[in-house]
Amino acid sequence: MTRFKALSRMKEIMTDYYVEAKTTREKPVAWVTSGAPVEFLFAMDVIPIYPENYAAMCAANHQSLELMEAAEAAGFSQDICAYARTDFGADITQGGPVGGLPAPRFLLCSTNICKTVIKWYEVVARKYDVPLFIVDTPFLHHGLTRELIDYTVTQMKHLEAFLAETLGRPFDRERFLEVLQLSNQASTYWMKMLELGRKIPSPFNSLDTFIHLGPIVTLRGTRTCVDYYKLLYEEVAERAARNIPSVPGEKYRLLWDNLPVWFKMRRLGEFFEERKTTLVTTTYANSWGNYAHIYQDGSGDIYEPIAAAYLNVYINYGFEDRIRYLASLIEEFSLTGFVMHSNRSCKPYSVGMYRMQEELTRLTGKPGVVIEADQNDPRAYSDAQVETRLEALIESMEAVS
Amino acid sequence: MTWFAGVDVGSLSADAVLLDQDGQIRAWAVLPTGNNSQKAGAAALHRVLDQAGITEDRLTRVISTGYSRARVEQAGGTKTEIACHAKGAWHEFPDAGTIIDIGGQDSKAIRVGPAGRVLNFAMNDKCAAGTGRFLEVMAQALDIPLDRMGDLAVESTEDLTISSICTVFAESEVVGLISQGKRPGDIARAVARSIARRTVGLAGRVGLDERVVMTGGVAKNRAVVQAISDTIGHPISVPKEPQIIGALGAALFARETESGG
Repeated sequence: MTRFKALSRMKEIMTDYYVEAKTTREKPVAWVTSGAPVEFLFAMDVIPIYPENYAAMCAANHQSLELMEAAEAAGFSQDICAYARTDFGADITQGGPVGGLPAPRFLLCSTNICKTVIKWYEVVARKYDVPLFIVDTPFLHHGLTRELIDYTVTQMKHLEAFLAETLGRPFDRERFLEVLQLSNQASTYWMKMLELGRKIPSPFNSLDTFIHLGPIVTLRGTRTCVDYYKLLYEEVAERAARNIPSVPGEKYRLLWDNLPVWFKMRRLGEFFEERKTTLVTTTYANSWGNYAHIYQDGSGDIYEPIAAAYLNVYINYGFEDRIRYLASLIEEFSLTGFVMHSNRSCKPYSVGMYRMQEELTRLTGKPGVVIEADQNDPRAYSDAQVETRLEALIESMEAVS
Repeated sequence: MTWFAGVDVGSLSADAVLLDQDGQIRAWAVLPTGNNSQKAGAAALHRVLDQAGITEDRLTRVISTGYSRARVEQAGGTKTEIACHAKGAWHEFPDAGTIIDIGGQDSKAIRVGPAGRVLNFAMNDKCAAGTGRFLEVMAQALDIPLDRMGDLAVESTEDLTISSICTVFAESEVVGLISQGKRPGDIARAVARSIARRTVGLAGRVGLDERVVMTGGVAKNRAVVQAISDTIGHPISVPKEPQIIGALGAALFARETESGG
């Protein structure tokens, strides 16, 4: 993996974020899903806490297994999402890198990343006896439609009313507009950075982008977040300008689809590097580029671009659109092949993958491989099996010219 | 005379093939892997060297493959078993289009192009169903030697079905059939058909060509070969020694690299 100077700043930001959330007496804390419209919360000075982000941190720290076992001992099935199990376990044992998450005042969940996430949040709502607001974002079988936008906008207006009522003060419209702009700016820097991967050799590795996702997930809508991604973008742009590759002697360039395998980041990083292979682009990291058009200057409706951004999530749209998008990435980033992580935990991300692999190879002529793994559960992972498949893919690719 | 070797260390067996400079197979060996894959690979290699009466320093190049490919100290390079089975099968049957390899702990389907180049491949997921290990467990449950299973099954007269995909559940089904007084040969054929269904499903993912070649240890089981042919609807080809095809492919790569091919 690439050692960016910005990393130390990111660690500071993430530490400050968790310390504030754990110690605050003034600000309310809300637990939210990764695809929740967090801008509404920042407008009301609420600290959003992301159980998904925390679960990933636990796995990257090799703590997810013990936490999942605690959840399973409490009766949660091994068949449910490993993020959910990790968080249930962290909640039961007050475990993980920051010793459990601060209790929520309310919950905000959106179904754009997963339709079953509602059940997870219902469990939390019962345990803490707090209100749960659900933003229902229907699956986009055939793209965005007027009805879907209207349906989602209506819910966002209800969300404002919910926040005003729950917090006992009026929704702060003026602050909201500022937050939207900050979200827009941070997301724009993030996307500009990811676009630098088009360069051959790539100045970064997608495994780096998984690490540097923290602030865009948790602090999108704050000034700190904008400043951080400006810093990171400038560092990566400078490396690109000076032709410094992430992987020296880059021969192969891959797309990674689905979540990272958080507990195998280092090993996979070394595996690819030894084979002169860079992961150049991912559908996962790209998801946080969605908010680069969330705020539009001028007189248009402010809610519609927000609704569009939160509906138009990669795993919330149909297979044909996914395939078209993947094919465009393979083309635009001059990739030599692709890896699809069939993630035991994440069905909405993994369903249809074998068919998509076939179709993508037919469209682009590039080889791909499906690996069976899990984002957080080491019991669902075998080094030898995954690496044999990846190595066979590398053997069958033609190097970049 | 220059010599080349391929060593394939898998979960159940360690295989080696020795080629001479003309690419002729001069010796081959199949040994159980046991609990030390490093030793097993070296032993298989020394077995072929002994057979040919040459010493290790006469070897120009060794390529290793299989799950323990990185643990073969004598190897100057590694290749995945996917590439090696494709290469080896193509060498035996130059018109091969689809290769089905069922090894100890995984099964794969490979679509090959000219010169045995891998065009596409699919492998079983983490589950051991439909692999050599599956067959071993069933042979144990039936209390018959693994190498007798195929012969017993082809004499079967009654159609039985094993419907479970999971090895553990399938074993319970076998035990259930035994307790119903079903004959071992009939059960063995049901096991073979269960492997065939799963394998043909896997092969469907890469596309079934007219000329299907089956490699790997399970290809020695006549009943499985027959069941796969029946499921596909036409005969499939099996090399004389299907178990050494991975090692043969590795040896061919060793010879190719050396000649700059």
